[in-house]
Amino acid sequence: MASRSEVHPIAGAADVVKVRQVARSWALELKLSLVDQTKLVTAASELARNTLDHGHGGTMRVEQVENGLRRGIKLTFEDKGPGIPDIAMALRDGYTTSGGLGLGLSGSRRLVNEFDIKSEVGRGTIVAITRWK
Amino acid sequence: MISFHEVVKKNEGAILSAWIEEMVKGVRRADLMTDTELKQQARELLGLFAKAAESSSEAESEAFLQTREFLREIAKSRMDQGFTPTETARFVLSLKQPIFHALRDALKGNPSDLVNEVWASGNLLDRLALFTVDSAVEFRDQVIGRQQEEMLELSTPVVKLWDGVLALPLIGTLDSARTQVVMESLLSAIVETNSQIAIIDITGVPTVDTLVAQHLIKTITAARLMGADCFLSGIRPAIAQTIVHLGIDLVDVQTKAKLSDAFAMALSRMGKVVVARKPAAGMALGSKAKDN
Amino acid sequence: MERIPILKLGDFLLVTIQVDMHDQLAITLQDDLTTQIAKHASRGVLIDISSLEIVDSFIGRMLANIAAMSKVLDAQTVLTGMQPAVAITLVELGMSLSGIKTALNVERGMEILRQFSDQSYELQDANGFQE
Ligand SMILES: Nc1ncnc2c1ncn2[C@@H]1O[C@H](COP(=O)(O)OP(=O)(O)OP(=O)(O)O)[C@@H](O)[C@H]1O
Ligand SMILES: [Mg+2]
Repeated sequence: MASRSEVHPIAGAADVVKVRQVARSWALELKLSLVDQTKLVTAASELARNTLDHGHGGTMRVEQVENGLRRGIKLTFEDKGPGIPDIAMALRDGYTTSGGLGLGLSGSRRLVNEFDIKSEVGRGTIVAITRWK
Repeated sequence: MISFHEVVKKNEGAILSAWIEEMVKGVRRADLMTDTELKQQARELLGLFAKAAESSSEAESEAFLQTREFLREIAKSRMDQGFTPTETARFVLSLKQPIFHALRDALKGNPSDLVNEVWASGNLLDRLALFTVDSAVEFRDQVIGRQQEEMLELSTPVVKLWDGVLALPLIGTLDSARTQVVMESLLSAIVETNSQIAIIDITGVPTVDTLVAQHLIKTITAARLMGADCFLSGIRPAIAQTIVHLGIDLVDVQTKAKLSDAFAMALSRMGKVVVARKPAAGMALGSKAKDN
Repeated sequence: MERIPILKLGDFLLVTIQVDMHDQLAITLQDDLTTQIAKHASRGVLIDISSLEIVDSFIGRMLANIAAMSKVLDAQTVLTGMQPAVAITLVELGMSLSGIKTALNVERGMEILRQFSDQSYELQDANGFQE
C-alpha cells in the first residue's frame, strides 16, 4: 500500500482554518475516535499558528503512517523563520515570547502520541506530530 | 521459452484435481469446513491466479488485485471458522506442488527454464501466502480489539440516580487506558442525559496512583467545562493517604466519604430535600386494630 | 467584513458560535461583545459553543478575555454546550478556564444569568430600602 501525502501552505490566517479542516478529514478517514480527532486537530491548529506567527509562514505535510499493525496520521510543520534558540525552554508550559499563553508547543505535545521538534536559529523550525489509531 | 502461467493455463484442470487431492489428504480440516466449500474456493482461486499470472508475476501488482481480495475473504472466513493463520497459509502454499509437477512435465528438456519458472511461481505463491497470513492476523486483531472495547464498556456502568444526577461506581483496578474509557463514557452520558451532577464513586477501587488520580481530576475539570459538577465519593483512608503523599491537589474537587452522602449533597444542590413521610391515617388504624 | 451576530435578549446578550472561526473573527467578536455590553448595560452574556468542534488556546484565550472584560463591566458570562471531546482536549492542552461559569445548555445558562441578575437586583433593592 503506497502511503499518500499532501503538502499545504501556511501563509495566512485562513490557512490555519484550512489546516484544521485537512487534519480533520484525514482523521475521519482513518476513523480515529472523536476525542483523538479533536486532539489532533487542536494540536494542528496550535502548530499552524506558530508556523504563521513565529515562523513567518511555511507548510504542513500530512501523511498516513504505519508502524506494524498500527496506523496513524503524521503532520509535519516546517518554516524557514528565525528558529527557536532554547527548545527546552519553549516547550515549557507558559513560556511565550509573544504575550500568548505559552501553551501551543507544550500543550500540543500532550495531545499527540509522538512529538518531534528540530530548530536552528536563523534557519527555521520543523515540528512533527503523530497520532496513532 | 514457456513460462509458468502458460503451463498453469494449459493444465488448469489437472492442477486443480491434484491440488484438491493434496489438500483432502493433508491440510484440510474436515471438522471446520466441508469438501464442497474447499473445492469451490480452490477452483476460484486457481482461476483468478491463472488469469492474473498472464500479465504479471508480482503478487503486489494491479493484476493480482482480485486474487488478493479473494484471499482476504478466505482469510476472514477461515478466521471466523477457527483456522489458525498457518493453516490458512497452507491453503495457498499447497498449490506449489501440483504446479511444480506440471512445470516439471512441461519443461522436461530444459532444466534452466524449469528452475527459473519454479522459482518465479514459487516466489509468487509465497508472497500470496504471506499476504493471506497478514490478512488473517489483521482480522484476528480486529476481533480482539472489538472484544477489548466491549469488555471496557461492560465494566463501566454509568447509572442515573435522579433526574439530573449520574453516578459512576468504579470497581476494580484502574489502569490508565480503562480510566480514559470510563471518563469518556461518563462525559458523553452527562450530555445524553442532560445531567448537572455526576458522582464518581471509587469505593471499589483498591489503589489510586498518580496517573489515575490525574485522569480523575482531568475528567472533573472537563465536566466542569461542559457545565456539570462532579463529586468524588468513596475515598477510603488508605487512598486518602496516598493522594496526600503523592501531592495530588484535590482542593477544587468536592469529596464525600460515601456515595449516599454525595447523593444527598447532589439533591440539596438541586434544591431538593428528603423528608420522612408522616404516618398515614390507615396505618394508625391498623395498629389500633391490632391492639384490640 | 464577516461577523458573528450578537443577539440582545432583554438584559442579556446571546452569541452562538457555529463556524470554525479564524483568528481575526474571534478578535472581532471579542471587541463587538465588549462594545455591546457597555452600550446596553447588559447584565449577562451567554456564549453557546455546542456546535464548535474544537477550542484551541487562541479561542480559549478569547473566551477567558470576554469573561474577564464583562466582569469589569459588571456582566456575568456563561459558556454553554461545550462538547465532551472538546472539553477533554482543552483540559489536556492545559486550559481549564477556571474563571468562566459554564452550563450544559442554553436553558440552564439563561437560568444562571437570571439568578445572577436577580441576586444583584435584590442587593440593590435592599440598599435602596435602607437609605
Ligand atoms: N515555528 C516557530 N518558530 C520560531 N519560534 C517559535 C516557533 N514555534 C514556537 N516558537 C517559540 O516558542 C514559544 C512558545 O510557543 P507556544 O506555541 O508554546 O506559545 P505561544 O505561541 O507564544 O503562545 P500560545 O500558542 O499559547 O498562544 C513562542 O513564544 C516562540 O518564541
Ligand atoms: Mg503558539
